[in-house]
Amino acid sequence: MPAALQATLEFLRAYAGPLIASLVIVAVLPLIAGYVVLVERKVMADMQARLGPMRVGPHGLLQPIADAVKLLLKEDIIPEKADFWIFWLAPLVSVTAAMLSMAALAFGPAFQIARDINVGILFVVGISSLGIFGIVLGGWASNSHYSLIGALRSAAQLVSYETAAGMALVSGLLLGGSLQIRTIVEEQARQGVWFIFLAPVAFFIYMVASIAETNRAPFDLPEAESELVAGYMTEYSGFRWSLYFLAEYANMIVVASVATTLFLGGWMRPFASVRWMGWVDFLPPLLALGVAGYCVYRAPRQPVPVQKLVMLGVAGLCALVALLLAVPLLLPAAFFLKAGIHGAFWFVAKVGAYIFVFMWLRFTLPRYRFDQLMRLGWYFLIPVSIVNVMALGVGLVLHWQYRVNLWLALGGTTLLTLLIALWLVWADRKREAEALQARGGPGTPAADSYAG
Amino acid sequence: MADDPKEQQPPPLGSAGEKPAAPGAAPAPPKPVAPPVPKAPPVGPAPLDNDLVKRYRARFGAAIREAVEDRKQAILVVEREHLAEIARYTHDEEKFNLLSDLTAVDWPKREKRFDVVLNLYSFTHNARLRLKVQAGAGESVTSVSGVWPTANWLEREVYDMFGIEFAGHPNLQRILLPEEWQGFPLRKDYDILTQDQAWVRENLGIESGQ
Amino acid sequence: MGAGEPGDRERAVAEEGSKNQTVENTLKAGPGTLLGADELILNMGPQHPSTHGVLRVKLKLDGERVAGSECVIGYLHRGVEKIAEHRTYQQFGPYVDRMDYVAAVSNGLGYCEAVEKLLGVEAPPRAKVIRTILTELQRIASHLLWLGTHALDIGALTPLFYCLREREEILKIFEKYCGARLTTHAFRIGGLQYDAYDTLEKDTERFCNDFHRRIAEYEELLTGNRIWIARTQGVGILSAEDAIAMGVTGPVLRASGVQWDIRKAMPYAAYDQYEFDVPVGKTGDTYDRYLVRMEEMRQSVRICMQAIQNIPAGPILGKVGKVMKPPVGEVYHAIEAPKGELGYYIVSDGTVQPYRVRIRPPSFVNLQAFDKMVRGHLVADVVAIIGTLDIVLGEVDR
Repeated sequence: MPAALQATLEFLRAYAGPLIASLVIVAVLPLIAGYVVLVERKVMADMQARLGPMRVGPHGLLQPIADAVKLLLKEDIIPEKADFWIFWLAPLVSVTAAMLSMAALAFGPAFQIARDINVGILFVVGISSLGIFGIVLGGWASNSHYSLIGALRSAAQLVSYETAAGMALVSGLLLGGSLQIRTIVEEQARQGVWFIFLAPVAFFIYMVASIAETNRAPFDLPEAESELVAGYMTEYSGFRWSLYFLAEYANMIVVASVATTLFLGGWMRPFASVRWMGWVDFLPPLLALGVAGYCVYRAPRQPVPVQKLVMLGVAGLCALVALLLAVPLLLPAAFFLKAGIHGAFWFVAKVGAYIFVFMWLRFTLPRYRFDQLMRLGWYFLIPVSIVNVMALGVGLVLHWQYRVNLWLALGGTTLLTLLIALWLVWADRKREAEALQARGGPGTPAADSYAG
Repeated sequence: MADDPKEQQPPPLGSAGEKPAAPGAAPAPPKPVAPPVPKAPPVGPAPLDNDLVKRYRARFGAAIREAVEDRKQAILVVEREHLAEIARYTHDEEKFNLLSDLTAVDWPKREKRFDVVLNLYSFTHNARLRLKVQAGAGESVTSVSGVWPTANWLEREVYDMFGIEFAGHPNLQRILLPEEWQGFPLRKDYDILTQDQAWVRENLGIESGQ
Repeated sequence: MGAGEPGDRERAVAEEGSKNQTVENTLKAGPGTLLGADELILNMGPQHPSTHGVLRVKLKLDGERVAGSECVIGYLHRGVEKIAEHRTYQQFGPYVDRMDYVAAVSNGLGYCEAVEKLLGVEAPPRAKVIRTILTELQRIASHLLWLGTHALDIGALTPLFYCLREREEILKIFEKYCGARLTTHAFRIGGLQYDAYDTLEKDTERFCNDFHRRIAEYEELLTGNRIWIARTQGVGILSAEDAIAMGVTGPVLRASGVQWDIRKAMPYAAYDQYEFDVPVGKTGDTYDRYLVRMEEMRQSVRICMQAIQNIPAGPILGKVGKVMKPPVGEVYHAIEAPKGELGYYIVSDGTVQPYRVRIRPPSFVNLQAFDKMVRGHLVADVVAIIGTLDIVLGEVDR
């Protein structure tokens, strides 16, 4: 069948890149998500004066793998009264949406995951929002009240916060002038400034909204453990449950990547345009080397020989990374690799920092109540984001048409937005106080309260 | 003040050294820690006749069957039929507005076997008062949950454990035990090893170990 | 309460109460929800992360708003009062530790003092002071556990671990004192079995000095936190009149503005020797209850610091025999346990076994106010209100 073979070859030639990328996403993403979980647990443990996972591998380094094995081997329970097919399908919808939206991302100039489509940001935002279908369907199909309430909360939350997030993204896109991911980063490089400094309000709004969109604390109401047991995931177990979990962490990576691309200069090094800051280039290899050294130092202290070996292995890996990062700097012949390798490093570092802030907030703040969440979204974030887009547009017109200094124009409009935000906060507090008064208000102490 | 700290106890019958040694016995080494128990402790029920009791007697007459003081705590035994008005008076006029506790005691040999006991506290006077009502088997006691809403659950518990009915209670059901349980565990004729075997078999699917 | 027409108010309360308790019946045909949708009945518990044990709450929901509730309890019923009638006075001592198992020392204190009153003996001064120190430490430990789990219910993960860290120090003191950490059975009828160990004062002092800094740490995390305030202020308001009518005691009552603490009103142990304040709230909402308990911990530290300054010398066990036969009669003795008024009503028939022991559990009575507090709030507030009542199901069910 030469025709069929030829067609296959043709197909492969055309789509080899995306195919390999999709394989990589499916294979690597669970691992990355697992290690993000491990990092989260370690960070949490450190903030809470304890150690976190310590048993599987040195400092719990193999814990994600053990967890994955456990989840795969666990019994997959589907409740009797559940809607079998929808229950079965829902987690797949969530995880597919999360993985698909990664396709358009670029981790550095040389690491475009699938294809640099010209509506990249739109694609990412649009596809990742589809994940909500998995949550709503799963919650509905479980035939449990907890799941249902979780699903409803999740739907309402996404609708409310997606609007604000979209508006914030529009601010970034106005500055970047394109929806294409590569172009946006290149525009930041050309202007020599990260867009977070030009549109801080937009970045802040996007950050808050993205926490809410990924159902993370303090906006983790759809799965609020103390109220709804596990929200939409209550009836799920084993591998199906882990798919939801995977989707959540994949979504975190997606929103962090979008924020990094749009506001944090993508794969640009900090101070890339300042000449005398060139030494920053040497930080990444030194950092990796430092971690390797620390692993070697800790290796003899591990209690089990296997753990010593694993620790040395980790040290070797870090040393390899250090070498990889150092080669383009030290070997003039390999200089052309620098942009790719160092770009990827900075991108991952920024994504990591963004996710770290997510974790930090989670361990610090209590959870919002549902009405408060809605109030924050509709009374504060959405108005501010709309005002911000308009103000930014005015600022840009001033700059482009009337040659006003860019910083002056945007600084003025940002100030204006902040004033309006302050007014909104004040109005909200007033409304809250009135509501409190109406609900019963501060009582008066009993007339005959008796002091013993 | 019905619950004042205790006044000084009379000295014990004598320290170990003064104890008359039994003739012929070797002198016992003095015990430092545990001298003998006082033979006649000055505690126990005694009739009470203070202002509070006088007010009650003046108002309710024979409905106040007894007024005693035990361990410096005032107790009024009242007629079952008049509990409602006495409770209302106690709450409104005497200002005993906190119902600390409502419980019962079973005296199976007595003619009226149950005591329903109300432990009251007054914020105004910083004093406690105990009301007691006697009820025979099968007799119902007026619910005081209209006077002290606290009594709601407490009366349910008494019903649960003793089987005393409270007339006018809004929702007289078992509270701690399952609704279908047979028997009233805190009655004296309910042995400590007794169980509702049928319930255990049916609901837990096991033969009771007792 | 000096209300104009007490009768009317009480009748209204009673009617309200009757409504509360017949949720079952009203569950069937609700008077119509906001959008005309069906009411949702959510069965919270007995297995649920934040019902603090095996409490089961049936919630009638209009959307997420609570239209009614019913508590189903008894899952932990062990018949403690029945067991008491078949044990001697001394044998029953350890059982009371198993009621409010996070404040076992307080339970033991109440029981021992009640039996002492029944016997007509009094613990020696040294025993009283040591009892006071341990009980106040237990109060701090109980409040710490409350704070951690309450914060966890509202979604703050971190305070729990800080609280457990400090509670651990207290449990270490208990362990050094009597070998047990949780169900300590620390006291004996008539006094103490063990004298204070050598470094009790030093350990307590170190803990107290350290605790001031720690409590500031918790307050930093919660007191001024916008989300914490939003989640607790105006939630579960209980007016002073309702609180007294429902019989709630302890911090819940004080947060409603009634300054009543049995330690002050009818001092027991050695509380009359020490200076401390009784904090009260104004509105009786969840935030006030939080503040009151935080302040109570500070006051407990104050009491401990005063008590360790001067522990009198002398015997630790009063004049009680090995065979305890209290004279015929009865006694009701209540102490201020961390959860509220913990009362023991003991009837003696002159034998070695109590004729009847009735335990007045603060958690049981406080839980009764739950329905009143929860109506009209959201599901998220339900867990906040369960948390703020600080119930222990071992004590509710006995």
